[in-house]
Amino acid sequence: MTTTAVARTGEAGTGAPILEARGLTKHFPVHKARLGATRSVVHAVEDVTLALPASAITAVVGESGSGKSTLARLFAQLITPTSGTVLLDGKAVTGRERRRYARQVQLVLQDPFSSLNPVHSVRYHLARPLQVHGLASDLDDDILALLERVSLTPADQFAVKFPHELSGGQRQRVAIARALAVRPRVLLADEPVSMLDVSIRLGILNLLAGLREQEGLTILYVTHDIASARYLADVIAVMYAGQIIESGPATRVTDSPSHPYTQLLLSAAPDPDRAEPPSLLGRGAPPNLIRPPSGCRFHPRCPHAMAVCTDGTPPAFDLGTGHFSSCWLHAQGLTSAQSRPLAGAGRGTGAAPGGAAGGADSAAGGGIRGAGGKHRAAGGAADGGKPITDGRTAPPPRPGPAGPGEEKR
Amino acid sequence: MRKLLRSPKIVIGLCLSGAFVVLAIVGPLVAPYSPNASSSTTSGTPMPPSAAHWLGTTQVQQDVLSQLLAGGRSTILVSLVAGAVATVLAVLFGVSAGYLGGYGDDLLSMVANVFLVLPALPLLIVIFGFIGRGANPNDVLIGAIIAITGWAFGARQLRAQTLSMRARDFVDSARIIGERKWRIMAFEILPNLVPVVATSFLFTVIYGVGTYTALSFLGVISLSHWSWGTMLYWAQNAQAAQQVRLEWWWFVPPGLAVGLFGTGLALLNFGIDEYVNPRLRAAGLTGRRARRAGLPRRPRLGLTAVLPAGVTAAAAAAAAGRPAAAMDGGAVSAVSATAGGVIPGSAVAGPPVTDPVLPDEVQQ
Repeated sequence: MTTTAVARTGEAGTGAPILEARGLTKHFPVHKARLGATRSVVHAVEDVTLALPASAITAVVGESGSGKSTLARLFAQLITPTSGTVLLDGKAVTGRERRRYARQVQLVLQDPFSSLNPVHSVRYHLARPLQVHGLASDLDDDILALLERVSLTPADQFAVKFPHELSGGQRQRVAIARALAVRPRVLLADEPVSMLDVSIRLGILNLLAGLREQEGLTILYVTHDIASARYLADVIAVMYAGQIIESGPATRVTDSPSHPYTQLLLSAAPDPDRAEPPSLLGRGAPPNLIRPPSGCRFHPRCPHAMAVCTDGTPPAFDLGTGHFSSCWLHAQGLTSAQSRPLAGAGRGTGAAPGGAAGGADSAAGGGIRGAGGKHRAAGGAADGGKPITDGRTAPPPRPGPAGPGEEKR
Repeated sequence: MRKLLRSPKIVIGLCLSGAFVVLAIVGPLVAPYSPNASSSTTSGTPMPPSAAHWLGTTQVQQDVLSQLLAGGRSTILVSLVAGAVATVLAVLFGVSAGYLGGYGDDLLSMVANVFLVLPALPLLIVIFGFIGRGANPNDVLIGAIIAITGWAFGARQLRAQTLSMRARDFVDSARIIGERKWRIMAFEILPNLVPVVATSFLFTVIYGVGTYTALSFLGVISLSHWSWGTMLYWAQNAQAAQQVRLEWWWFVPPGLAVGLFGTGLALLNFGIDEYVNPRLRAAGLTGRRARRAGLPRRPRLGLTAVLPAGVTAAAAAAAAGRPAAAMDGGAVSAVSATAGGVIPGSAVAGPPVTDPVLPDEVQQ
C-alpha cells in the first residue's frame, strides 16, 4: 500500500499543474451590518494558493466551515473570488468564457438528491452537456456509453429513469456521468460521498480512482474525511478556517503530519485497530470567520501555541519532498520571546501544551465535525473568552444554537 | 395525474369550470334566440321562465338564456385571455427577477410593486374610457388590458419561489455544464414551478371574471356587447331587483354563473395547492386519523367531522396506519365510544373540516 502510494505520488509530482489557484480569497458579506458600521464579511477562503498536478488526485481536507467547498466552487467559477486568480494551463481565467471553461473543468456537487433536476430524466441530464458543447456524434449512443462508464448498467434502462427512481449512489453516478460528458480535463468533486451510505461510498471512490488511472483525469477531491483522502488521493491539502495549513504527498501528510491541526484531525479519525480511546491533541471549535484570530488561525486551539503564533500568519515552510506546513514550529531561528509558549495564564485564549489529553473527547469531536461550529466559533478570539487552563476542566462545546452573544447582536 | 383526480376539490372544480368553458364554446350555437332579438315589441314587462323562454325574458322581451350563453362566451374568453396574458407577464417578470437578482431584480420588483399598488378598477375605467366604447369591442384586447392590472401578484409569488429554486444544487449544476441563463430559467426552474404558475393562472382568471363583470356592469364597456356584466347592468337599469317586482330570472342567472365559474376555478386552485403542499392536507389528516383511532391529539376549536356509525376497528386501524391486529382493546373501545357523534370537547365555532384525500372508507 505504502509503496504503491509513494510510486503514485512520484508520478504525480512530475505532472505540471493544469488548474491553479493563486492567492484566492473569498469574503461573503454578512447581512447584519448595523447602520453606519462597515459591512462585516465572512472570511471563507483566505489567500489560498493550490496547484492541481495533472493526472493526480488532490484532496482538500478540512472540517465544516473550513472553506473547502467554497474553494471548489471558486475553482468551478460558480462564484467569483474577492481577489486572486484561477489559472488554467497557466493562463488566468476570466468570467467571460464560461462555456470554454466548463468544457475543461467540471464540478460534481455534494448532494445528489438536489443536484439533479427532479423534472428531467437521466437521459436529459446527460444529453444537455453534450448538446451545449456540441459534442454528441450520436446522442443516444454517447449517453449509453456515459452510463456504462459510471457502471450504471443496463444503461438503456437507467437512461429513461427520473432522479426519484434512483438511489443516492446511482444519482451520484449520474451526476458524475454528467460532469464527464464534456470530457473535462479536471473534475472537481465536492464531498461526493458524504451524503451517501457508507456501503456505497467505496464504489464512488473507486470510480474516481479508476477515472484517474485509465483516463488521466485530474481530480480535486474535497472531503472532511482524512481517511478517505489517504485512500484515494496522491496529494493532500489540509484547510483550516479558510487557509491551507499543510499540504504534501498523501502518505507523508497522513503518516507524519507536521501541523498540529492535521495531527488533531488524524487523532480524531476513527480507527478500528486502535484499542484505547484516542488522545486528542487539541480541542475547541473552528474560529469565528467574521473576525478570525490574529496570526495563525489555529493558535487558540493549538497545544503548542507560542507567542509568535498570535502575531503573524505563518508562511508555508518547506519540509522537503513537496511537503509544506504553515506552522511556526517549523520556523528556524525564532527568538526566545517569540517561542515563549502561550500559557493559559494571562491571555486566556491559548491552550496549555498537551493540556487536552484525554477527557475532552466530546470537545474535540465537536470540533472535528464542526457541528454548529461557526456560530459559537472561538469564543476566545471573539469576546475575550474564558480562561481555559486544563483540558479536563474545559467545558464541552455547548449544544444548541445559542452562541456567545458577540455575533448574535 | 391520477393522484390529482383523487382530490374531490379538483374533480368538482374541473367539472364546474370545464362545463362553463364548454358552454362558452357551444353556447351561442345552441342558443334558442339571438340575444338581441325581441319576441314582442309591445310588452314591456319581463316574463318569468316558460317553455318558450327557459329563463324568462327581459323588459324588452329578449331571451335571458340566449343572453346568458352569448355573454358567457365573452366573459370566459376575456377572463381566460386575461389569465393567460397575466401569467406570461408574471412568469417573465417573476422568474427573471428571482433568478437574475441584483439590480435586475430591484428594477423588475419595483415595476411589479408599482402595478401591485395601482388601483385596478379606476385605472381600467380610465383606460377603457380612453379607448372608447367601440360598437363591438375586441374580447382579446379587453382581456389583455385587464391582465395589465392583474399580473403583479403572480409575479411576486413566482419571484419568491424562483429565489428558493435558485439556491438548489441542480441550478448550479446547470451553470457548471455551461447552460445559458434563459435556458436555466425556462427549462430548469420553470418546470418546477408549474403548480405555482397554474395557481397564478387560475387566480388571475378569477380576477378577470370579476373585473370584466364589474367593468361591464358599470357600463364602461359597450353595453351592446353581451356579457354577464352587461346583463346585470340592464337588469339593474330596469330595477329588476326591486322588492315589489323581483324579476329574479333576469339577474340571478348571470350572477350565479359568475359565482359558479369562480367557485370552480377556486376549488381547482385549492386542490392544486394541496397537491403541491402536502402539509395543507396533512394538517387536517393527522388530527382526524388520530381522533378516529380514539386518540385525540390536541383540543381544537371547531365543529369536527361527525364519524359514520359503521366505522369498524379495522377501518380505524387502517386510518391510523396500523394493521387491525395491532390495535389494542382500549383503542377499539375508544373508537366505538366516539363513533356516530360529535367528539366531546369540540366547540361549535366553524365550518366542518372537509378533506379531499381521505381514504375511501371514510367518505361514505
